[in-house]
Amino acid sequence: MEEKTVIIKESLISTKNLVKTFNKVDVLKGLNIDFNKGDRIALIGQNGAGKTTLIRCILGQYTYEGKLVVMNFNPRKDHEVLMQHIGFIPQTPPPLQMTVGEMLDFFSKLSNTDKEEFVKIGVDMGLDVEANLAKPFLKLSGGMKQKLLVALALGRKPEILLMDEPSANLDPAARKVFFKYLEEYNNDALMIISSHRLKELENLATRLVEMDMGVVVVDNEL
Amino acid sequence: MGKGFLYMTELDLMQNLRSKSFWAYSFLFGAFVAVMFLSGVTESQIIGFVGLSRLMVTFMQVSMAILPIYVLITTVRSVVGDRESNVMEYMLSLPVSFSAYYWSKFVSKFLVIYIPVLFALIVAVIWGSLKNLDVPWDLFFFYSALLAALIFNFLGLGMLISSMAKSQEIAIGTAFIIWLILVAFLDLLLMGLMLKMRMNPDLVIWGGMINPLQIFRTGSLILFDPKLTVMGPASYYVLDVMGRNAFLIMSIAYPLFLGWLFAFLGSRYFNRNDVI
Repeated sequence: MEEKTVIIKESLISTKNLVKTFNKVDVLKGLNIDFNKGDRIALIGQNGAGKTTLIRCILGQYTYEGKLVVMNFNPRKDHEVLMQHIGFIPQTPPPLQMTVGEMLDFFSKLSNTDKEEFVKIGVDMGLDVEANLAKPFLKLSGGMKQKLLVALALGRKPEILLMDEPSANLDPAARKVFFKYLEEYNNDALMIISSHRLKELENLATRLVEMDMGVVVVDNEL
Repeated sequence: MGKGFLYMTELDLMQNLRSKSFWAYSFLFGAFVAVMFLSGVTESQIIGFVGLSRLMVTFMQVSMAILPIYVLITTVRSVVGDRESNVMEYMLSLPVSFSAYYWSKFVSKFLVIYIPVLFALIVAVIWGSLKNLDVPWDLFFFYSALLAALIFNFLGLGMLISSMAKSQEIAIGTAFIIWLILVAFLDLLLMGLMLKMRMNPDLVIWGGMINPLQIFRTGSLILFDPKLTVMGPASYYVLDVMGRNAFLIMSIAYPLFLGWLFAFLGSRYFNRNDVI
């Protein structure tokens, strides 16, 4: 008789009946899902499916009903502590006024990370960090901004990486380096990548989660 | 709040120091002091006052006209502006508490608004000393504190509006309407209201004294016009009920308290609702 091995994965993010409402419209409709240690999740779904809302709930930026536990923390009450374990890459780079040099200093101090960690990833992705130190982040091109945001998120080496269309602004060469970094990233880390480009994630993702109208409609191991 | 607060404040200060509007604002106050000296304000008299006292009184009148609306307009956009531009979504994905984010904005704004004003007053004192004018130190210290209280007050109000407003347009519109109401209810309108409606004068005057602009105005007058003659009959009520020294203390304590209360309510709202 064939012996089956049951692997119980440690849950890093757990939702129970998670509801988020905007103007009396439920955008998340009682979400029940666990995201585990080591999962590389391709989070897909049409616009308005609730992907960004879920990410913002995990980041503690939205109030919600139901239960949401992230690494045994409450994202609202324990925001500062929890964010030390989370790296986030937004879909649209924010119009930050600070210079690249100030950003590196700020992130380095805030996360106790050597600045060189960020610089190395930035350079590997094709961003000449040294030449742009005095430039405001706002004045960089879309691609350069995204490369820096990727470097700042990965350089901190967080246990959870939340990425909302992270490669949208990257050129093919940078995209290749970016996915190589993700593939070689800590095996125990949880990655949630919200993307419309599923093909890009086929070598990386270990689990596919599809959302529609605020609920999970597909949840498959890949 | 910890190191997140310190780093955010430092970052915000650096951004403010780089902005052209900060230098334009600083230049405005510096130039104003220079113009007052060059135009001979220090030689003219007001209720027997000449020299630096005269200059400081004029400085306070101008500050009362400029500072409240300037503080409101520049502050109300800070939180809601970051929210609309996705800056907040990104910054609050970092290990910074909501309170640290909010109060770092408050502190850095206070410093970049107050320091140029204080610096202009200090320049006036130095310039006056070089011209052998007597320095009214009591006036200098009191007016420095009064200006800090005025800025603190409107900063708190601006932060409250900014944390609650759904858009920058709504925030600016609300700030402008509140400022108009506060200006309209300075004593001129109050007197008219009192006469027309035959209301209880105590009620009307204390209603007026709720207005931080009125407190600032009266506070800046009371030091060189102890009987508040320029205020007319209302001065009797103020001085009888409170007395000069108590009023001097209140004119600083009340706007500080009000500013703190507004800012605290803004912080509470910010902490308890969707931040983006």
